[in-house]
This record gives sequence, structure tokens and C-alpha cells, in this order.
Amino acid sequence: MAPAIETRALRKVYPAPPARKRGPQGPHIGPVNIPATVASGSREILAIDGLDLDVAPGEFFGLLGPNGAGKTTTIGVLTTRVRPTSGTAAVAGIDVSVDPVSVKQRIGVVPQRPNPDRQLTAIQNLIFHAAYFGIPRATSTPRAQALLDQLGLGDRGESKVDQLSGGQQQRLMIARALIHEPEILFLDEPTVGLDPQARLALWDVLRALHDQGRTIIMTTHYMEEADQLCDRLAIVDHGKLLALDTPAGLRARAPGGTMIEVTVDGDAAAVLTAVQALPHLTRASARGRELQVYAEKVAEAIPAILRAAEQAGRAPTDIRIVPPSLETLFVSLTGRKLD
Amino acid sequence: MNPSPWKVFGALVRRDVHVVSRELPFFLLRTTLQPIMFTIVFGYLLPKMGFVQRGYTGALLPGVLGVSLAFASVQAVALPMVADFGWTKEIEDRLLAPVPTWLIALEKVLAGTVQGMIAALFVLPVARLIMGPIVGLDFAHFGLVILMTLLGAFSFSAFGLLLGTGIKGEQIGLMFGLIVAPMIFFGCAYYPWKALAAAPVVQYLVLVNPLVYVSEGMRGALTPSLPHMGLPVVAGALVVISAIFMFLGLRTFDKRAVS
Repeated sequence: MAPAIETRALRKVYPAPPARKRGPQGPHIGPVNIPATVASGSREILAIDGLDLDVAPGEFFGLLGPNGAGKTTTIGVLTTRVRPTSGTAAVAGIDVSVDPVSVKQRIGVVPQRPNPDRQLTAIQNLIFHAAYFGIPRATSTPRAQALLDQLGLGDRGESKVDQLSGGQQQRLMIARALIHEPEILFLDEPTVGLDPQARLALWDVLRALHDQGRTIIMTTHYMEEADQLCDRLAIVDHGKLLALDTPAGLRARAPGGTMIEVTVDGDAAAVLTAVQALPHLTRASARGRELQVYAEKVAEAIPAILRAAEQAGRAPTDIRIVPPSLETLFVSLTGRKLD
Repeated sequence: MNPSPWKVFGALVRRDVHVVSRELPFFLLRTTLQPIMFTIVFGYLLPKMGFVQRGYTGALLPGVLGVSLAFASVQAVALPMVADFGWTKEIEDRLLAPVPTWLIALEKVLAGTVQGMIAALFVLPVARLIMGPIVGLDFAHFGLVILMTLLGAFSFSAFGLLLGTGIKGEQIGLMFGLIVAPMIFFGCAYYPWKALAAAPVVQYLVLVNPLVYVSEGMRGALTPSLPHMGLPVVAGALVVISAIFMFLGLRTFDKRAVS
């Protein structure tokens, strides 16, 4: 059986910076407006930088990375909406550049922001979408109702899309992505903007779909979500693959010890030299006002760090303690936090 | 197994028929109100006041139909395109359909063509009613009327595809002000092209305006006894214009659909 996903040396370079500002609050929808990194010395934007991914059929695979890491562009390539600059990407064994039509036949896509057909009711959204896949009404109508029931929208079929809440619209998008029974389901940050209750409900839906044996590729920038749901996780940043393993495997790879993050009232670099001289610390780094130190014995490390800060003339304003986790691994790999 | 593209095309058409038929009264109001008001002033009030000759209505009616169908066709395609690609992203559910993207664009253009023809067929009796009896109006060549309407509506729908995918959402107002409005005024809608011989420079400059051929084609079909461009020239020009707009429009559509 062909792998669900296979990419080799995949690259996507956008020719010029998008006209839109890259602020996270902007209309953050298409794959176009995710500038991952600006290639040095040029005006090009490198969104995917030599990505090799393999996903097996039936796997729940997560792409984890901060905003602008290239996750959405990667999904865009795999769902035929973004043309790769070089390298190859195959979905269900079919090259996306060679035969995008056959790829589309095999995939379902849940976008980052719900984009239902607002001229249609909820159930019409499903029935028309099925028709775009050549499925006759007689088949799609009961299937649509069953999906709505399954996703807790059973009584909202005749509702106008605008009358549905954000969470309901997101679930409608999942129903739409499933109406033609695709082999592979792509979800791009499916829980962004959902309240905690709706998020948990969506997790249950995704677990159930995975239990049915469907391949699921999901992007997220929530650690917990990735940890809870995915069989395997790829941590990406600046369009590059930084780590790839099961959530447990990644946790085990987290740098030794607990991360102690100390925020000081000035440049933290001044404290770094003093801290690096301290014994029993695994590693230390500074970024702006934040100092990140990994230590096995927290109770001994904290007073020593605070003394070092005092000697460097910096007063601590905040201390955060993070036990070894995906988050500490992520920070140690990328040097930045997810949120 | 991928579904047959034509089956999918049929589904795309059914979706547009479903949506457009519900919106049709508003669509007609939005696109034909301006030509109808123009008809009231220039086809009814001014002749009644004696400022223009009664015979003017014969030159005006085909032009008003041309404007109606051009305006309706452009809007029917361009406005939803701008919204779909700009912010609603609604068209994405169709871009996921297992068919080549050009088929989705072609369906939009054909739906726009039908809407443009409906607008023209709606304005025809309304304008005739407002203007009263029109000297030279002749329905003997109704097949030609349909053919000219079809060619005109298709070329302007294709133009709508180009505008709707080539222009940013915030520039849509500018598009109507800078492109569509001058097109209407210099489109030989309110005067026959032959009469522009009075201003030869203008007469040749307006030949770049696609609306000229639509207006003249409607004249040739509806008021054949009045001065008009030869219909083979008109038909040839509209086919060429359609091909150019379609070629460019499909390219810009593809750029928006696959980045």
C-alpha cells in the first residue's frame, strides 16, 4: 500500500513578500499569507525548506510549529492548492504536481477558518459538495444527515450557515470534508478560535475518525493537542523539519531537567555568563529579557540563578518552571515559544 | 475513480441555478436599474419635452440592452469572484472538487453569460413599454438577437472573470469607476457608431471598447434598417475579444486558485 504522504526535498519559495502585513490578526486564511522565513539577501520568502515527510496509512500525524513555521503551506502543497517550487510531494502514492485531480478525489480538507457556502443551508453544503465529487443526491442525502448526527449537528441541517456558532461551523467543515469518504483527512489548525468545550468535543470527533482507520494529518500550534491526539509528530519551524517522533519519544528527547525561565528587568544576556558558570545546569540561553536554564535540581538552581542575576544588576520580574515536556523540547529546538 | 468532469460541471451549474434563481429579483434590480432610468430620461422624458427627436429611441433601445447585458454579465462573475478569493473563501469547496480548476472558472463564466442574457431579455419589454412605439424595431431576426446577446454576454462574463480575479477586493469600487463607467459612456450604447463620424478620432478610439460591438450587434439584430456595423465584423470582434478575456481570465483565476 502506498504511503499516505511522502515528500522529498520539498521547497516552496514565494517570489516576493505578500502585500499584507504578517501580523497574526490579519485575515489569516489562505496558504499564501504564511511567510515562514525571508531568505537572506533577497526578497524571497522561504515557506518550506527541504521537507522530507512520510506518513503511513491510518496514521494520525501532527505538524507542530509556531505561526509562520510553514505548516499551512505544507498542507497547501499536499492539498494541491500550493505549487511546490522544487522537490516532490505524493499523496496516496500520487504526485500532487502530476495528477492533482486524482489527489483531490482522495482527500478531505478542513480549512483553518470555516469557509462554508453561505448561500446554502448546512445540509445543502454537504449535498452540493458531494455532487462536486459526482455522488448522486440519493446517496449523499442520508450520508449527510448521518454525518450531521455524528457531529452533533443533527437538528441544524436546515439552518443557514450564518446561524451556526463558530464551533458548529467548524464541525460542518469536518462533515463536508468527510462527505465523499476520503482516504486522507487534512485539518489545518482545526481548533483555533474554539472555546475549550468545543475544542474537547472536536478532539473526540477526531479520535473517533482515527479509530475508524482514517489517515489524519493535522497542523496545530497547541502542544497539548498534538500530545493528546497524534501518533507521530513533526516539529517544524522556518519550513524545516526539526524533530520527528511519537509524542512520548519526543518528550524523552527533551533536554535534561526542568526548564526554569526567568524574566528580568533588562537584557538577560548580561546574566547569562554568570549563569553558565554555575554547576549542575544542563544548559542556559538568553533571549531578550528572558533567560532559559535547564536544571536537574530546581530547588538548588533557582537561588543560584537569582544571585547571578543580582550580581549582574538585573532584578527578576517573573519565574516560570516547566517540567520536561514537548514544550521544553520545542523551546530548546526553536528558541521560541509556540503561542 | 475520478468522476466525469461533466457530471461535476453539472453539479456546479445546479449550485449556481439554486443560488442565482433565489437572488434573481435583486440581481435584476441591481444590474438593470441604471439602464432603465436612462431609458426613462432619454427614451421618454427628453423626447416628450422635445429635446431629442422621437427617432432617437430606435438608436437607444439596442444600446440600452447592450449596456444591461454587459453590466449584468461583468457583475455576475466579478463581484462573487472578488469576495470568494478575497475574504469569504467560499469558492474553496469547489476548488477541492476533483476536476481541473479551469472547469470551475468556465462554469462561472457560463453562469454569468446566462445571467447577462436574462438581464437583457428583462430590459427589452420594459424599455419598449417606457419608450412607446419604436421606429425601425424589427423582431424578424430573433435568432440573431439571441446570438448577439449570447456573444456579448459571454465576452463580458469572461471580462468579469479577468477583473474579478485580477483585481484586489479594495479596488473593486475603482474598477467600476475607472473601467466600467467609461466603457458604458464610450460604448456606442447611447449613439450609433456610424454617427461618430462627426468625431473621427473618437470613432476610431472607441473601437478598443468591447461594448461597441455588443451595442452595434444589438442594433444590427433589432433595428436592421438603421445604421449599424456589419454583423460579421461584430461577431468576429466579439469572438476575438472573448478569446482574449478568457485566456487572460483563466490565467489569473489559476494564479488565485493555486499559489
